[in-house]
Amino acid sequence: MAIHAVKGNWWNEPLHRMEVIWISIAFVWGLVMFSAMIYWHIEGKQNLSNEAYRIDPEVFAAHTEAMVEKYTIGEEGDTGVPIVQPPPGSDVYLIARLWEWWPVLQFEKDQSYRLHLSSMDWQHGFSLQPTNINIQVHPDYELVLTLTPNEAGEFFVVCNEFCGVGHHTMVGKIRVIDKQ
Amino acid sequence: MSVGALEGALARPEEKYRICGDTGLRVYAKAETLIKVNAVAAVVFLAVGGLFGLLVALTRWPAVHILPAEWFYTALTAHGAAVLLFWIIFFEMAILYFASAILLNCRLAAPKFAWLGFILMIVGSLMATVAVLQGESSVMFTSYVPMKAAPHFYLGIILFAVGALLGCMVFFGTLVIAKEEKTYEGSVPLVTFGAITAAIIAVFTIASGAIILVPTFLWSIGYISHIDTVMYKLVWWAMGHSSQQINVSAHVAVWYAIAALVLGAKPLSEKVSRTAFLLYILFLQLASAHHLLAEPGISSEWKVFNTSYAIYLAVLGSMIHGMSLPGAIEAAQRRRGFNKGVFGWLRQAPWGNPAFSGMFMSLVMFGFLGGISGVVLGTEQINLLMHNTLYVPGHFHATVVAGTTLAFMAVTYLVVPLIFRRELILPAVARWQPYIFGIGVAGISLFMMGAGTLGVSRRHWDITFSDSVFTFDYPGTAFLMMGLNGISAVLAAVGGLMYVVVVVGSILFGKVRDEAAIKANPIVAPGNAVSTYGGEGTLKLPGTIVLVTVFFLAFVLYYFINWKFLSEVWPLS
Ligand code: HEM
Ligand SMILES: [Cu+2]
Ligand SMILES: [Cu+2]
Repeated sequence: MAIHAVKGNWWNEPLHRMEVIWISIAFVWGLVMFSAMIYWHIEGKQNLSNEAYRIDPEVFAAHTEAMVEKYTIGEEGDTGVPIVQPPPGSDVYLIARLWEWWPVLQFEKDQSYRLHLSSMDWQHGFSLQPTNINIQVHPDYELVLTLTPNEAGEFFVVCNEFCGVGHHTMVGKIRVIDKQ
Repeated sequence: MSVGALEGALARPEEKYRICGDTGLRVYAKAETLIKVNAVAAVVFLAVGGLFGLLVALTRWPAVHILPAEWFYTALTAHGAAVLLFWIIFFEMAILYFASAILLNCRLAAPKFAWLGFILMIVGSLMATVAVLQGESSVMFTSYVPMKAAPHFYLGIILFAVGALLGCMVFFGTLVIAKEEKTYEGSVPLVTFGAITAAIIAVFTIASGAIILVPTFLWSIGYISHIDTVMYKLVWWAMGHSSQQINVSAHVAVWYAIAALVLGAKPLSEKVSRTAFLLYILFLQLASAHHLLAEPGISSEWKVFNTSYAIYLAVLGSMIHGMSLPGAIEAAQRRRGFNKGVFGWLRQAPWGNPAFSGMFMSLVMFGFLGGISGVVLGTEQINLLMHNTLYVPGHFHATVVAGTTLAFMAVTYLVVPLIFRRELILPAVARWQPYIFGIGVAGISLFMMGAGTLGVSRRHWDITFSDSVFTFDYPGTAFLMMGLNGISAVLAAVGGLMYVVVVVGSILFGKVRDEAAIKANPIVAPGNAVSTYGGEGTLKLPGTIVLVTVFFLAFVLYYFINWKFLSEVWPLS
């Protein structure tokens, strides 16, 4: 029994045939799952970018403000958050800070953008809804990913990393419009 | 001085022990007391933490929304710490002492150190709990920097960990004494082997904890100015994830112990089951990886290699136990004559015995709900769909509540009569408890996973975003899921309360388990006093084959469905 000491050399104990079969299946399945991740890097379209830099929050804020200055097309919400429509293929900055995503971004469908994410203070979570993409946002790190919206509509960025008592009010917006 | 007198002076004064009327094991008084105090502390924290869990779940039920925001985050932090750290680790200390001193017929090494460890753990856990309830440390139990808690929050956890480390040392010391004094013959029992696995991982865990929490504590009192946020997570999860591997090792050991005590089950082969435990130690390495899949600044190569713990060999370990245990149970049942059909052995199992029913549900839910969801969630790219959504707590309530907590509850129904030597009060309540709790927990796991699949954030007070500039509507099904989650939470809380009432009541008021009671109401399966050499190689086990086949198909299907889900979201690279 499993609660009693074992006499004799357990290493030489015979295996049950079922054990051998199950272990082989499980081992092969492990290899399949391991390969699946590599395969997706080659053929898959959804991979998190490896491009990241250390950055001073103030520098990141300056980049963002420059972009806002250049490409603002309007304002949205009670607090007047700028709506920014940068050209396809360009560098787009999104600030995470207590407790807002700034600014509102407007993208064209089926165009790619280099989205830069960083936080001004604590960690936040970039949760793009309803498409459902979830990425961690750190202060002092700038993540750069290429994003290609493939549907038009209103999308929201919910903060999904706990960031203090206003965490649940931290919602941003990304609008995707048809190609102009 | 004569030789005899010298020998007498050198010999250790014989410690007090009794012979267990149920198992025939030698039970030393000091070990027994330490098991009792650790178990009691554990149950108290479960009761407190469970209450917070209920409040949290009721708040997340939009129609009920019981706590204000600030309290919600405080309650959530208190919940995580009280149950994940304090309930589980106190109970694991009891398991370590049981698996060494009791199972090996040995006295406990350095009981004074064990007491010191216990006191440190009590002081630490109280200090951290107080810090959280004071409201200045609502940082969640993960305490990600640069969000700062009060210094005594970190200090409490550090003291608690040092106490646990002392407990591990006492455990290892007891193994050495048992070997030297030859209190057992041959190799240590499989259950002890599992406990050794847990304790070795615990040492690694606590070392990682020290590496990260000591600097964080110094930072909270102003001696260190900056802690890198990604590095913090990397090292924090080297502790945080490894400690889950302690839980798995411990509860798998508990499964084997219950199957052995209640049914006389022995593993299909010792070699396979022990190797599976070894895999946990060998392939743990950077298990923190799957907590970092959505972080910037870490390469995909590193993530792929480490998240699969090098080709999923630790998962292999769990899959082995997942076949070995039902196999052992089926073999034991068939040997006792329950041979009808494929599942006669399972139908005839002692479903009225809460130790067995709790153990079996724990096994099934850990595998089907916790195991499968864990591997899917931990797949590098699929993680993008679930990171920080409610899917994550859904997954780990299946592992650490349906798996570990339910297994620990089940074994308590043996610990009360065997160690506290009391008969259970309210046997009918005890009989139903694992089912009520089990169904409730299955509910919270599944509904949180469901809501998470729809994108609902974890650790979030208001999914209607009532005070935000922009508001977003999660789909109606997400609200339904949160409601069902609330109902399941009530069920789980009722099950938890039943457990606490039966256990505390039995310890305080239960009939003392004397010779007559042992005869009238035997707990331990007859026969099989020692493990004999040779596995269960000759028996046919069709029931287990069906079970693992169903498991495997569910696993493969669900795994690929999630790749399909992933392929539908916005391309990103
Ligand atoms: C009555 C039983 C329980 C109920 C109803 C319950 C419910 C919940 C709920 C609703 C959450 C919050 C999810 C969120 O908003 O992010 C949660 C979080 C959590 N639960 Fe439980 N739970 C129970 C028991 C347990 C047990 C026994 C454990 C550990 C052994 C546990 C460990 C945790 C942890 C670690 C968290 C995460 C806290 C955090 O995000 O910082 N729970 N639980
Ligand atoms: Cu935030
Ligand atoms: Cu947040």
